[in-house]
Amino acid sequence: MTLPLQDPALAAEGLGVPPRRHGFLRSVLRERKAAVIGLAIIVFFILLSVIAPYISPYSATAQTCAVYAPPSSRHWLGCDDGGIDMLSELMQGGRISLVVAFAATFVAMVIGGGVGILTGYFGRWIDTSLMRVTDYLLVIPDLVFAVVIADLWGPSLFHVIIVIGILEWTSTARIIRAQVMSLKERVYVKRAQAIGSGHARIITRHILPQVGPLLMANTVLTIAIAIYLETALAFLGLEDPTVTTWGTILEHAFERTAISSGAWWAIVPDGFVIAIVIVGCFLLGQAIEDALNPRLKVAHLSVRRWRIRPLAGRGPDAI
Amino acid sequence: MSLLEVSDLHVWFDLPQGPQVHAVQGVSFALEPGDRFGLVGESGCGKTTTILATMGLLPPTASVSGEVRVDGQNILAGGEDSARGYRWKDIAMVFQGAMNALNPVKKVGWQIAEPMAFHGIAKGAAARRRAGELLEMVGIPAASAERYPHEFSGGMRQRASIAMALACQPRILLADEPTTALDVMVQAQILDLLARLSSELGLALVLVTHDLPVVAQTCGRAAVMYAGEIVECGPMETLFHQPRHPYTRLLFAATPDLYGAGEDEAVVSIGGAPPRLDEPITGCPFQPRCDVVLERCAEEHPALRLVGPGHEAACHHAERAGAS
Amino acid sequence: MTGSQGAPLLEVENLTTLYPVRRGLADRVARQPRLWVHAVDGVSFTLARGEMLALVGESGCGKTTTAQTILGMVAPASGTVRLNGTEIAGLPERQMRPLRRQLQMIYQDPYESLDPRFRVETAVGEPLLVHGIGGKPAERRELIVAALERAGLSPAEAFLARYPHELSGGQRQRVAIAASLVLGPDLLLADEPVSMLDVSVRAGVLTLLDRLRRDGRMGILMITHDLSTAAHFADRIAVMYLGRIVEHGPARQVVRHPQHPYTKALLSVVPARDPRVRSAPQLLTGETPNPVDVPTGCRFHPRCPVAVERCSALDPELRVVSSASHEVACLLA
Repeated sequence: MTLPLQDPALAAEGLGVPPRRHGFLRSVLRERKAAVIGLAIIVFFILLSVIAPYISPYSATAQTCAVYAPPSSRHWLGCDDGGIDMLSELMQGGRISLVVAFAATFVAMVIGGGVGILTGYFGRWIDTSLMRVTDYLLVIPDLVFAVVIADLWGPSLFHVIIVIGILEWTSTARIIRAQVMSLKERVYVKRAQAIGSGHARIITRHILPQVGPLLMANTVLTIAIAIYLETALAFLGLEDPTVTTWGTILEHAFERTAISSGAWWAIVPDGFVIAIVIVGCFLLGQAIEDALNPRLKVAHLSVRRWRIRPLAGRGPDAI
Repeated sequence: MSLLEVSDLHVWFDLPQGPQVHAVQGVSFALEPGDRFGLVGESGCGKTTTILATMGLLPPTASVSGEVRVDGQNILAGGEDSARGYRWKDIAMVFQGAMNALNPVKKVGWQIAEPMAFHGIAKGAAARRRAGELLEMVGIPAASAERYPHEFSGGMRQRASIAMALACQPRILLADEPTTALDVMVQAQILDLLARLSSELGLALVLVTHDLPVVAQTCGRAAVMYAGEIVECGPMETLFHQPRHPYTRLLFAATPDLYGAGEDEAVVSIGGAPPRLDEPITGCPFQPRCDVVLERCAEEHPALRLVGPGHEAACHHAERAGAS
Repeated sequence: MTGSQGAPLLEVENLTTLYPVRRGLADRVARQPRLWVHAVDGVSFTLARGEMLALVGESGCGKTTTAQTILGMVAPASGTVRLNGTEIAGLPERQMRPLRRQLQMIYQDPYESLDPRFRVETAVGEPLLVHGIGGKPAERRELIVAALERAGLSPAEAFLARYPHELSGGQRQRVAIAASLVLGPDLLLADEPVSMLDVSVRAGVLTLLDRLRRDGRMGILMITHDLSTAAHFADRIAVMYLGRIVEHGPARQVVRHPQHPYTKALLSVVPARDPRVRSAPQLLTGETPNPVDVPTGCRFHPRCPVAVERCSALDPELRVVSSASHEVACLLA
């Protein structure tokens, strides 16, 4: 039984922690501070993006100050090469970046989860053929592929979403496949087959709920990668330049000599924000993954030892 | 002075939620060389924790009180540091699922020789030769030392684990469910091996198991554990023919038997379940499931008292009968 | 009521199930012949309503594979399996599905046979949903409660909302039994139903199975390695070795008067619970050989303590020896 067990000795005595079922995310948040921080960061930026149009001090498209004006009391983060307020740009840019990241991740998760479950559950020729496709895609270098596709299809947000989605589903598929393959051998799955349940029923009722948390962890981590990729693609000029995203902000700054002008405020805050969001996603994703993998605990290697109680402190049953 | 003397051993485990589990509650027993002692009980009774504590092999969440004396020296006195010197050299253990506890990427011979270097018994070629001798002693050709565990069958792996335990010539061997996952024929071979080693090498053997017939045929004396305590202890024959604790009696009655009159007796189960060990227990721990329960049993905890020569039981009924 | 009344519930004839041994690339290139594991090699027996047959043997003897083949999880290479007169061996799943109401399996591991996310009510009700029995939830609940009561979990209402981890091993196994009973099967396959339970609860579950076959007129095929349990609870015992049945007869008969050398050796090494009873254990040398490499002639002859020369040449068939229905496959019986 895969109860998360603390110690082999306790396990031998039949004592263990019952498996978490509902409120998995809640229990992860309760136990790991890192997860709370990560979630807080993500939620903060989502909220920020939603209310950005209402609270940004200036327009994100019209010129409101001098070109490369340094930070001041009126423009907290200064202005970029077009005289647009940086703070407003950052706040609005987040909307597109996050939407692209979430959409791309959604595509990746649906394809990856689906392929993972199909190959893990059915095996044989489905497994062989789909895994070959997965392997080919895994091997292709992400950025090179993205550049080629963006070049062929032309720069646009939609293409960026598709490209990121195609690149990211493969690792998820492999991870989900591994878990489904082991789940399939569980006795209760075999019992369901012996009762006469069809494949669809077994997958939806027995396999999907168990795969859920792993998919959740993977999703969050993929969001981080998607943000990074979006930034990279925009930076390489493969995204629609008329749209404001965190990536295009960086691209504009680079193209239009922000560095040589010494306009650090056009680059650093943007990079900082991207990094923070990625870190937030990683914190949350890693915490979920750790919670799913109790065997990663290395308590037996710890420096702490078992303790001796003085003979005076006897148990309640002492004669 | 006995070879091994466990006195008033208590083990507590910390649970993440706060309360402690009192897994072992005052266990005492003594062994002489060549003794074969059985520690019998069902899951959760504390038998595995008891022998892990005897070796000092407890996790950081454990706290221990009591003494484990080897040749008069309390090996738990200094915690892990003092226990380590005795481990494998004086006391060795064959673990539950030992066949799966062999390192899959190291040759079997290397694994047997490893503790020899640590304890300064033998090194290099001498250790390898000795590993071969140990394998022969447990009934495996010495040439198998060059093989990997996955090339061995289940029974052979268990024998290899026993050879590993004997590497540093211990005088006490603790075997935790050594035959549980094995076929009955292989089980008989392993038990025969353990009995032979015990008599040829003068090993004191502690056999921990839930399987009563195995203990009945292999051990001379046994202790029955329930809810962390020893509830009855004595010679095997006495335990079967004159049990003084209801749990012992019911446990034997719950075991089907091939032989003699046992065949026509009904096999009965014991209703209920063992008590939780994270809460203090008042009175006798077996009281909710006992078939001869008295009023006294719910309030007063029966102490382990002598009820016959070498025979102790922790039951109010046994007390009244008294020592003969 | 034992004994056959009309057609037997289960008829297995000459059942053979093979597993291919996987070949590596090198073997394939060298065109080595494919090796087969003869997991089940010509097994025949019948089971009547109200009867419990214990299939006994050590690991690798093929008893679990026999059960898997009967259940339809594995296709046999040859032979027939008839359930209530209907041939079910090798049936495609679509045709097999409605027949699954008649035969159910109980698994060895009570900690793994229930989905940890399902409450007891859901777990026991699942087969009803799969087979479309009981249109309204209230009807289904009645059937679920009846099955739980039948499995000895009383009052059933107290168990409906529980999760598996809140139950003991014995209770979990009873829930699994209830989930098998809810469809009203005629045949129960029980694969080591109590070997992972504590000794003090085993008798309860075995007695339950015993009651089910008597009162419920079900047939039970119990797979076990524990001869003592088989002797106590089964009507008949069939001893398997390397894919074949080597001895088959009434339980008491086989245990008290074993005819096959393997059975005799096996019985001799079962420890007695009475320390005063010292049987003379007949330890066979070595371990059961790999089912890929089945010895020629009698499969048991390399380890047999009384083998003679012709045992290595002739493969004995099951023949009746003492009383009717006690059969042995041995040239010397």
